[in-house]
Parts: sequence; structure tokens; C-alpha cells
Amino acid sequence: MVMSWVWTGLVLISVVFSLFTGQGQALSASVVQGAQAGVALAVSLAGSICLWTGIGKLMEHAGITQWLAQLLRPLLHRIFPSTKQDPALAGDLSANICANFLGLGNAATPMGISAARRMKKDSTATDELCRLIVLNTASIQLIPANVAAVRSNLGCTAPFDILPAVWITSLCSAGLGLTAAWFLGKVWKND
Amino acid sequence: MTDYIVPLILLLSSALVLRKKENSYDLMLQGAAEGLRLLASILPALIFLLTAVYMLRASGAMEILSSFFSPVFSVFGIPPQTAMLVMIRPISGSAALAVGAELMAEYGVDSLVGRTAAVMLGSTETTFYTISVYFGAAGIKKTRYTLPAALFSDFVGFFMASLTVRLLF
Repeated sequence: MVMSWVWTGLVLISVVFSLFTGQGQALSASVVQGAQAGVALAVSLAGSICLWTGIGKLMEHAGITQWLAQLLRPLLHRIFPSTKQDPALAGDLSANICANFLGLGNAATPMGISAARRMKKDSTATDELCRLIVLNTASIQLIPANVAAVRSNLGCTAPFDILPAVWITSLCSAGLGLTAAWFLGKVWKND
Repeated sequence: MTDYIVPLILLLSSALVLRKKENSYDLMLQGAAEGLRLLASILPALIFLLTAVYMLRASGAMEILSSFFSPVFSVFGIPPQTAMLVMIRPISGSAALAVGAELMAEYGVDSLVGRTAAVMLGSTETTFYTISVYFGAAGIKKTRYTLPAALFSDFVGFFMASLTVRLLF
């Protein structure tokens, strides 16, 4: 439902602004161009999306996910203390984080939802639930494949040269996001 | 060094599956078929969102918007041309991809704006969507401080994306 408002809003803004800037002709031409560009973008992403979902399947079967989960255990205990008593929750959470890390968004969501259901007590978000969301919105990802595909299609010779910047950025946003959540958890009134 | 990250991931994942005596090639094809279904599911959204983005650009709204936000953005060192991307990123993943791809095309993939847009796309998530999916499925009504904390984390992402691109390239 949100997107209906967003889309209508975007078109409304375009129409109103074009009246002021006198760009009516360009506006009308842009409609068809935009639709075509949507298809072109999807086609340009096709190879990369299929390649990485394929490799993702391999990584799942190769046991890389379990190996990462082992590595994550100490960190998990710190961020989500209730995982110490609840191994099933720990399993869901590490599977969620690892799938996100490997870029398997489709696999990450069901695991995250399952973890959220295990964490919940009533209809109010607990501190750990808030941290789960922050961790999921920070997107710590090994290979941002879609972005790399877009770059490579635009003629970039080293589409993966942004990797270090992406890693540093997502680690910072996750770290500071969790810190903010921890701080807000202390001061927020439980209404 | 970054040149070998991706090829080695390909080699490692296939070799590890082979060592378990599983059919790595078949698995890969299965995964790719899932990718095709995923692509088909986002195609309709991409068509309508890029139409809206093209209309915004043609109407001149995008430029006016960027110059309007320019003073706030420059305080944090974020390129004002990314204003649209920053605003739409927490709301819709496909729309952000559409806006980001346009930025990279317009300013060049290896330009400051193009690279910053790429890093922003690669290191942030669709916050509102994530909250609604997770809390909707778990039946959470009172979200308390989740949204401010998640949006703050997004802001740090946008800020750091601009900073790392300026420092590393």
C-alpha cells in the first residue's frame, strides 16, 4: 500500500514540476523511455542474478553457512543474550545473518522471521527484536552482486573495486546502528 | 587484490561441493533457475519505477530537489545528486536500484557520484520493508525505537558510503 502512495506521489511531483519548468514534451517522451529502461535494467541484471543465486546454492551445500555460524557464535551471544539458553533461536539467527552475508536474501527472510517469532513475548518489540531489525537493515553483504552487474553493464572495467568501501560502510552502519539501539533501549520509556 | 575475490569464491564453493561428492553443476543450475523466477518477480516493479524516475528527471524535479537538499547534504559530505536515492532507499529496493542505475549512467560509473551511489546501494537495505515483513509476520504492534535506530543506521551507511568513496578512490 505504501508503494501506491509513493508511485502516485512521484508522478504527481513530475507533472506539477513540468508545468513550472515547461518540460511537458520531455515528460511525455520520458514515459515510454522509462518503461523500456526498466526492461533493459532487468535484462542487464539477469546474468548476474542467476549466477549468484546459483553460487549461493553451492555455498549452502558446501557447508560455508555452518562454518560461518560457528565463527559468529561469540558475537551472537553478545548481541542476543537469550541465544545462550535457546539453541534453536541461535540457529535461526546465525542462518539469517549468514544468508544475508552471502547475498541470499530469499533464504535470509524466512530464517529471520522464524527468529523473530521465537523472540517475541507479546505484541511489543523487545530490545533483541529491535537489534534483529537493525542488523537486517544494515545489510552486511560479501558480494553486492546486483550493483556490480549494473556497474559492469555501464562499461566499468573493475565493477568489484567498490567491495572494500561497501564492507567498511556496512560494518560501520551495523555497529553504530546497534550502538544506537542499545542506547535507545536504555532511555526509551516502555509505553 | 580485489580482482581475485570473486573468482576465488566461485572456485572455492564449487570445489567444496565436489569434495562432498555432490553434483555441483546441477545445484548451480537449480539456483540459477530460482534467480530467473526472482528476476521475473521484480520486472514489473522495475518497469513502473523507472518510468516514474524518468518522469521525475524529465520534469526537472530531480535537479530542483537536489539543489534544495544540497546545503544539508554537503554538511555531511554526501553528494547532493544522491538526494533521490537516499530518500527512496529505505522504502523500496527496486526503486533504489532504478534511481542508482540512472545516477551511475548519468554521472559515469567511476565518478564520485556514480561510485557513491553504488556503495550506498550495496551497503544499505530496504528498512521499511524489512520492518513491516518481520514485525508483520511476528505479530508485533508496538515497534518502540526500532524505526529511529534502523533509520540512524541507514544514515550512517549513506554518510560512510560518501566518506569511503572519497578516501579510497
